[in-house]
Amino acid sequence: MREKKFLKRSGYFLAFNGPTLFTFTCVLILPFVYGVYLTFTDWNAISDTYSFVGFQNYATVFTDKEFLRQFLITFKYVILSALLCNLLAFTLAYFLTSGMRCQNFLRGGFFIPNLIGGIILGYIWKFIFANVLTQVGKAFDIAWLKTSFLTNPDRAVWALIIVTVWQYAGYLMMIYIAGFVGIPKDVQEAADIDGAHGLKKLWRVTIPMMIPSFNICMFITLSRGFMAYDLNLSLTNGGPYGSTRLAAMHVYQKAFQSKQYGIGQAEAIVLFIVVAILSVTQLLINKRREVEI
Amino acid sequence: MTSRLHKRYIPRTVFIFLLLILFLVPFYLILNNSFRTTELFINSPFRLTNSLDPKNYASAYQKMKFLSGFLNSLLVTVTSVSVILLTASMSAHYLVRNPGKLSNVIFAILVASMIVPFQAVMIPLAKIYGSLDMYNHTWTLVFFYMGFGQAFAAFIFHGFIKGIPLELEEAALIDGCGKLKNYFKIVLPNLKPVMVTVLILDVLWIWNDYLLPSMVLLSPSLRTLPLSTYGFFTTYSVDYAPLMAGLVLTITPVIILYLLCQRQIIHGVVQGAIK
Repeated sequence: MREKKFLKRSGYFLAFNGPTLFTFTCVLILPFVYGVYLTFTDWNAISDTYSFVGFQNYATVFTDKEFLRQFLITFKYVILSALLCNLLAFTLAYFLTSGMRCQNFLRGGFFIPNLIGGIILGYIWKFIFANVLTQVGKAFDIAWLKTSFLTNPDRAVWALIIVTVWQYAGYLMMIYIAGFVGIPKDVQEAADIDGAHGLKKLWRVTIPMMIPSFNICMFITLSRGFMAYDLNLSLTNGGPYGSTRLAAMHVYQKAFQSKQYGIGQAEAIVLFIVVAILSVTQLLINKRREVEI
Repeated sequence: MTSRLHKRYIPRTVFIFLLLILFLVPFYLILNNSFRTTELFINSPFRLTNSLDPKNYASAYQKMKFLSGFLNSLLVTVTSVSVILLTASMSAHYLVRNPGKLSNVIFAILVASMIVPFQAVMIPLAKIYGSLDMYNHTWTLVFFYMGFGQAFAAFIFHGFIKGIPLELEEAALIDGCGKLKNYFKIVLPNLKPVMVTVLILDVLWIWNDYLLPSMVLLSPSLRTLPLSTYGFFTTYSVDYAPLMAGLVLTITPVIILYLLCQRQIIHGVVQGAIK
């Protein structure tokens, strides 16, 4: 009797959780654990045997000047694109919740780039940077537009930032709009009665109420920035002269082109730790705010 | 009063409209020049086309094997998303309705796994499944999407199911309804709004994904649309006009979907981010 009940319970568990747990474990958990293990080996995919090398791969990663340089470029890209993207998205959301005409049409329009994958967006902008902006530069005699962004090592990273801001601004705008709409009416009315208008109201009342939205949007832009790959591949492909090879692309090339799997995986784990720190920080900030409110 | 109010809005409305035009100019340039020649594009990219010659489209359609890419994308997206929706919602339902240590641990692991970036498992995935000879099959890709999609979908479903009153299900169970029947007859119909949210997020993710399919699908005949586009651009990079037609072709399905269900898409995307 008890055995039968146990069987029935396990059947219920497996029918509901089996597929989820099986695929999730096979695709995420096992590879992740195995990946951490690989960072302690010198596996190179060609030889069948590999040996245990301890922390040597991590030591190599942190003394590899090329990797550190590219990690700095990634930081520059991530931080600048996150700041600009949030600034633009917040401004758009502020205007598009103020009750102007065609609000919904405008919101819908700004959202469009977000529907399209990074590979396609990169190719669209490749034409624009290489052929259209240079034309505009010649027509209006603007010196810095005459040569393509994509051929200049200092400006190519700006090309990535511009396209990233364009891609995500509409998406973040929608999140900020949800935030603006969620501010209780009585708070706004109280501010109006107390004589807070315009910028003062924005600074003292609206922005403090929008902190949760800022928090979400910052997290989205930062974590996606560190993982950016598609746009990087189609727009600049790391060039010119490796000036825009972001962290994710570096990991890919280390592993699948240089065949240094152990080192590539160690870099991937470093990337994971950066993203994990971001996520945990965001979680803690949220928790603390919940307690305060 | 209202007219004065609207006057105050004129400058900012103009400003926002100009900004929107600036935002959408890239699409105009691609669409416009997809009907022109490469030479005209290079000399005067902004000038409006005076013909609607579909020749670039015919060339792109054929060279990038658009139909094959589109059908592969459709197959991968539809199967992966339907399986994710079904399995993740069942699992989330179990975890909510059977609270206990086991359920808590499973849920905690699912949630924690969401911070693992794809790059952290990319190399081991290639090693494990490459050595099992499972690469280069569409079903392997679907299996991968199932694995990667579970955590987020289950998390969203979990939050939603917690808010469904238990009484509904209790009545059915007392009437002798089995667990599976209860799930399909009582629970599933109630999940419709949250299903739409997860559906939209997963469709956009899988339809546009590049890196994972580029690792798994090696034969050109299996390629999904982002891969066909990439292949098209890396093989034929001299003549720009057909490339632009190819971009328009690739974008069109998503834009049509967006025009048809804009409200649901925006709602889904915002809900997915806020949760």
